[in-house]
Amino acid sequence: MKFSDQLEQRFAAMVTHYPTKRSVLVPMLLYIQDELGALNDEAIHEIAERTELSELEVRNVISYYSMLRTHPIGKYNLQVCTNVSCLLRGGEEILEHCQKKLGVGNKQTTADGLFHMEEVECIGACSWAPALMLNYEFHENLTPQKIDELIDGIRKKEHQ
Amino acid sequence: MAYLVSHPDEVKVVSRRFGLGAANLDRYLELDGYKAVQKAITMGPDAIITEMKASKLRGRGGAGFPTGMKRSFVPKQSPKPKYVLCNGDESEPGTCKDRLIFEHDPHSVIEGVMIASLAVGAKTGFIYIRGEYRYLVEIMERSVADAYARGFIGKNIFGSGIDLDIFVHSGAGAYEVGEESALMESLEGKRGVPRIRPPFPAVVGLWGGPTVINNAETLASVPHIILNGGEWFANLGTPRNGGTRLFCMSGELERPGVYELPMGYNLKKMIYDVSGGMIKGKSLKGVVPGGSSVQILTPDEIDVGMDFDQVLKAGSMLGSGGVVVIDDQMCIVRFALRVARFYQHESCGWCIPCREGTDWMKKTLVRFHSGGGVAKDIDNLKYLAENMLGRTFCPLGDAAAMPIISYIQKFRKEFEDHLDGKPCPYEKVHEAALV
Amino acid sequence: MADVTLIVDGKKLTVPAGTLLIEACKSTGIEVPSFCYYPGLSLQGACRMCLVEVEKMPKLQTACTTPVAEGMVVTTESDKIKQARKSMLELLLANHPLDCPVCDAGGECELQDMTFKYGAAESKFMDMKNHRDEQQWSPVVYFDRPRCILCYRCIRVCGEGMDVWALGIQNRGSSAIIAPNKQDHLECEECGMCIDICPVGALTSGAYRYKTRPWEMKHTGTVCTHCADGCKTTLGARRADTGMQIVRGDNRDKSGINGDFLCVKGRYAFDFAHSDCRLKQPLVKRDGKLVPTTWEQAFELIASRFKQVLTTDGPAAIGIIGSNHTSNEENYLLQKFARLALGTNNIDHHRTADFPAFASALAGKAEATASMRDVHNAAAILLIGNNPTEQHPLLAWQIRTNVRLHHSKLYVVNSYPIKLRRQAASFAQIAPGSEGGFAQFIAGSDAAADSIVSPKLSREALAALRDALKQETSLVIIFGSELRGNDVKALVDFGLARSAKFICLGDYSNSRGAADMGLYPDMLPGYGPVASATTFHTDWLDEIPATSGMNLLQMMDAAKEGKLKALYVVGSNPIARYNIDPFALSKSFVIVQDMFLTETAKIADVVLPVANAYEKAGTVTSTCGDVQILKKAGDFAGVRTDFECIVRIAATMGYDVRKLVPFGGEGTRADMGQSRGAQSGEADRHAVWLSEHNLEPKMSPFDPSAMLDEIQRLVPAYDISRLSLLSGQDVHTQLVQITGATGLGHPELVLPANDTLFTSGTLGRFSATLNTVMERYSSPVEPEMVAGYDPAARQGP
Ligand SMILES: Cc1cc2nc3c(=O)[nH]c(=O)nc-3n(C[C@H](O)[C@H](O)[C@H](O)COP(=O)(O)O)c2cc1C
Ligand code: SF4
Ligand code: SF4
Ligand code: SF4
Ligand code: SF4
Ligand code: FES
Ligand code: FES
Repeated sequence: MKFSDQLEQRFAAMVTHYPTKRSVLVPMLLYIQDELGALNDEAIHEIAERTELSELEVRNVISYYSMLRTHPIGKYNLQVCTNVSCLLRGGEEILEHCQKKLGVGNKQTTADGLFHMEEVECIGACSWAPALMLNYEFHENLTPQKIDELIDGIRKKEHQ
Repeated sequence: MAYLVSHPDEVKVVSRRFGLGAANLDRYLELDGYKAVQKAITMGPDAIITEMKASKLRGRGGAGFPTGMKRSFVPKQSPKPKYVLCNGDESEPGTCKDRLIFEHDPHSVIEGVMIASLAVGAKTGFIYIRGEYRYLVEIMERSVADAYARGFIGKNIFGSGIDLDIFVHSGAGAYEVGEESALMESLEGKRGVPRIRPPFPAVVGLWGGPTVINNAETLASVPHIILNGGEWFANLGTPRNGGTRLFCMSGELERPGVYELPMGYNLKKMIYDVSGGMIKGKSLKGVVPGGSSVQILTPDEIDVGMDFDQVLKAGSMLGSGGVVVIDDQMCIVRFALRVARFYQHESCGWCIPCREGTDWMKKTLVRFHSGGGVAKDIDNLKYLAENMLGRTFCPLGDAAAMPIISYIQKFRKEFEDHLDGKPCPYEKVHEAALV
Repeated sequence: MADVTLIVDGKKLTVPAGTLLIEACKSTGIEVPSFCYYPGLSLQGACRMCLVEVEKMPKLQTACTTPVAEGMVVTTESDKIKQARKSMLELLLANHPLDCPVCDAGGECELQDMTFKYGAAESKFMDMKNHRDEQQWSPVVYFDRPRCILCYRCIRVCGEGMDVWALGIQNRGSSAIIAPNKQDHLECEECGMCIDICPVGALTSGAYRYKTRPWEMKHTGTVCTHCADGCKTTLGARRADTGMQIVRGDNRDKSGINGDFLCVKGRYAFDFAHSDCRLKQPLVKRDGKLVPTTWEQAFELIASRFKQVLTTDGPAAIGIIGSNHTSNEENYLLQKFARLALGTNNIDHHRTADFPAFASALAGKAEATASMRDVHNAAAILLIGNNPTEQHPLLAWQIRTNVRLHHSKLYVVNSYPIKLRRQAASFAQIAPGSEGGFAQFIAGSDAAADSIVSPKLSREALAALRDALKQETSLVIIFGSELRGNDVKALVDFGLARSAKFICLGDYSNSRGAADMGLYPDMLPGYGPVASATTFHTDWLDEIPATSGMNLLQMMDAAKEGKLKALYVVGSNPIARYNIDPFALSKSFVIVQDMFLTETAKIADVVLPVANAYEKAGTVTSTCGDVQILKKAGDFAGVRTDFECIVRIAATMGYDVRKLVPFGGEGTRADMGQSRGAQSGEADRHAVWLSEHNLEPKMSPFDPSAMLDEIQRLVPAYDISRLSLLSGQDVHTQLVQITGATGLGHPELVLPANDTLFTSGTLGRFSATLNTVMERYSSPVEPEMVAGYDPAARQGP
């Protein structure tokens, strides 16, 4: 299996950074996931081979990290923080608002495959709470209006 | 992008270049960039460590271990390569300071890693950044590439004959990976399960080689200490607590944000003065002064200087610098439940007391908060937490137990008021939800 | 290492530096509770059961990860510690199903025991327990997550111990779960080590699940009857319609050479013993069909035919084929019966290694053979040929353990990249079939190099290997059946020059015993030639025929020509093994003693159903020369031992059985202990003393210990400690050839069994477990399983 040129380059460079091959595992899994949407069987097989690990061991690692997944989700991953600083400033209500707006529950993807929703732990935006991440993009000092604008904006863009 | 705030009481050391475009290498050089490392080269390892010790710099990752001393533990001679590892896993709830450093002053972290490497004789440094901070991984990668391009890192740095490589490494979502030995496991491509200690990383660390692990803020402080002297830094703070610290003010404050204040700065002033006090209509119920892992302080306990020793004396810990201010409209049981859910979710599962204890705690609090609590739950919770304390494989278990014990000790009545299926008397639906 | 003195619970003790506190405590009789600590496996510090107080340390410390230090003051029992242990159990039990009444581990569960001891039974926890359904992972492995306490023993024993790495841990926190290597199932060596080591009932075996409770079984320590490594096993049997049925095998008490190790065969393939195919009655051929008969009639028929052949055609017209599975006593008796009662040296067995050449090469040199224990400690090991992972699982385990724990230096020389190369410091892939050449090469023959070099092994590397081997001063040299005759001699000469010790690898549970006991046409027990004057010639009460008899293949040829009138096959299946046309034996009267209607039994004229090694007493000798005692663990209604059958045939022939078995003696009267006042269950001190001195009365000719007396007396190197044997220990016997021996045996007659990990000759075909396992793995397990993680990284200080 081959990844995109860019990812192949990254891999080729990264393996030279560490004394063991498997050291590339955690970041590489994330980069592969970004490219494929999820770490499917084929990708796991491939990375296991490249890092000289058993597939089991790769799965052991994947299952440990909360950002890694073996099944695809919606195109836009809405990760709402409800941890303490956000909780104090309405994070749980923001979560609820998102769920209502998208019509899905926690860790679910909308029927059109556009959005995935999940409640997450602190994302390091505590002083700008409540906050969420849209894929890798931070959105902070949230209000329900901001959420609506965000979601509507994406929907509009995607349906064009 | 994180927002910047400022206050006249701030003493800007680490945050000196925030907002000045220092992510650009030329701009960084204009702002004294890479001077410290050149000075450090001329000083040599022993002098660097002496200066570090004099600075009274203590680890900004949470435990507050004296940084100079940590470096002196690294054996001078080692058959295995030595490493420096920057801990940028920043995941302690309430903490968002390393993020600002990576974003606004990435080269200061690189310089910090370089000086640490010089001090202990490491040839390779790694900067581990939590996976969620993808944009910061990119900024750091770019900055490292820029530094390589100028020959600041790589072969024969600044004509010293010393080779030094630095690499940026992304995590993939795990709080426990911030714990130093779990961090090394993760960097080595494994599950983030801590290691047995001793041996400590300074002796046996990454791939068996001696390893210095420091928080990003700790490392970013180092160039300033080298440039201005350890004593200068020490004098900014209080005895045994040198320098300044980035405090992440969060909660229902008028001006939440990250402020750089001298060690020992008064907590009450931090809340009411620096952060503008509680937003109108709300009053103070308690403060968690060092991230979610530490004990809560009641309003009458907050007249305290924010350094490691004074906060400890006041019954809590300075921790990660995340000051979470709890207002009167937040129910402590609800807060406790959220904290318990966090540790249950983040426990690595390796050891029995933490794995089972956090699960038990969460289940009890879920039921308790939803009105299904019975009187003995409160004592059971406390019994449970007390029996986790000090017995787990790594400090996460303590971090899960300590706050819960303090909530029960200090807010027992709020727990009792939840008994017998009564609706929560404290909780008000947040106005955000009303819209 | 220097010694360290410390104080534990007020007791002063001195132990080597580096000792773990938990082991130091154990050495003085203080048991610190533990779940995750397991001697020999990497340290975990995960269960927190072993917390103790160490002076000057504010927190409780884990005794399993803390090395002793000079002057350390340790407390292992205090209120604080008791509370810590109790709460740890309470925490565990919060998510534990507590289904002890139906759990397989009930009664021998470490969690149950600890809960009982620390009184955590009353639960403070009142919320829902996490539940997951039980899963079947492989023919032998079942997993029940809720019972798992995550001690990681299974993962470690599979990875570090077995080098299979088939188990992992997934998810984190309270969702953490042991996972099999193929997502929902396992593909592995099916050894059951993970099940055995599991302190609770989370991993259970298909063989034993829900069949019985530990206390309902009768437990007997005996020896595995599959490969030639001689693992000790405790068989648990319970009453069934057919007799005492064996339902479990393990070596949990870690007695014997194998510690807690057993492979899939030792652990589960005892089930051939209650296969539906077991013969229950003697059979005779009538009108071309085998039909049931009585034992008396069968013996009568055999005896009369033997006598008839002896009078009409003479002893040379009778052939005997012995077994690799029967006991030393039976083998000894069989050849004695052949030579004395039948008067023929036409006796042989399925040879799987060239033991005669080995014995001759050693030329009486003592201390030159290595025991299985030596493999565990040897500083360096040279393995030529064979694939121990498949054919000698215990040997492979010993080698791996030695490399892992003692950093033994392993040299592997093989024409295939066998799995043990992963432990090897040096692996030389030689050209196929050049093992013998390799022996010649290291012994000095440079010319042999041409045949050895391969695309994977250069001439230089080969020479370097020889140089390295020459430097080794405490080598254990292990060689497979690829080496025979003169090649064995060359290798032994090379090794003896550097005080190496040797192991010659044969197959099957008592192939070494068969060889040592003289199942050869030209050699007596102890490899002495039949023609020369040996102690047997003077001691035995009848004449030993002076000329060598026919070997197995010669017998088959003779049969084809109609010259072999009778063939007596004991526990062997030559038709299938040597691929012989069954028609070849149509002119001979064939007697077969077996458990099953094997290919050979099918063409027999009389078939006697016999007991297997698990159903009798006696001794067996492993391929290393470790002698161990067999104890009767199970029984099967209707069968008799081979020993009894041989004696009965002799007796029915009118032969004086006292000439065969030295039992009884003048004035021996039965005293079963009553007169000495021994009560049931009480040790009969008289009997202990008598048997210790080989003086216990042998009341009948069916008592194999009477035969053992003679073996001990006459067979070289078998004058071993009876007491050690009786107490279940392995006793190493040297391979000492009887003086005056010559000749190298017949290398061409060696036919290795070529068993895999999942086969066990004819026996294995009747094991339901092995059959299901084989269905699963049409080809043997791919050995290319990649190491999961570096265990060294998690080794403690
Ligand atoms: C559960 C846990 C999580 C931690 N997370 C972090 C973290 O995200 N960032 C960090 O710098 N230190 C974290 N630490 C502290 C580190 O273990 C370590 O003490 C620190 O990185 C050392 O650097 P310092 O001396 O500069 O503070 C954590 C500790 C624990 C027990
Ligand atoms: S306390 Fe134990 S289970 Fe919890 S994170 Fe640390 S090692 Fe893992
Ligand atoms: S190889 Fe053995 S220890 Fe490993 S999973 Fe299979 S049965 Fe269990
Ligand atoms: S299955 Fe058994 S051996 Fe494996 S971790 Fe669980 S309790 Fe331990
Ligand atoms: S290694 Fe050999 S003796 Fe041991 S259990 Fe397996 S088959 Fe039996
Ligand atoms: S608590 Fe929500 S970002 Fe930190
Ligand atoms: S036995 Fe020491 S922690 Fe498990």
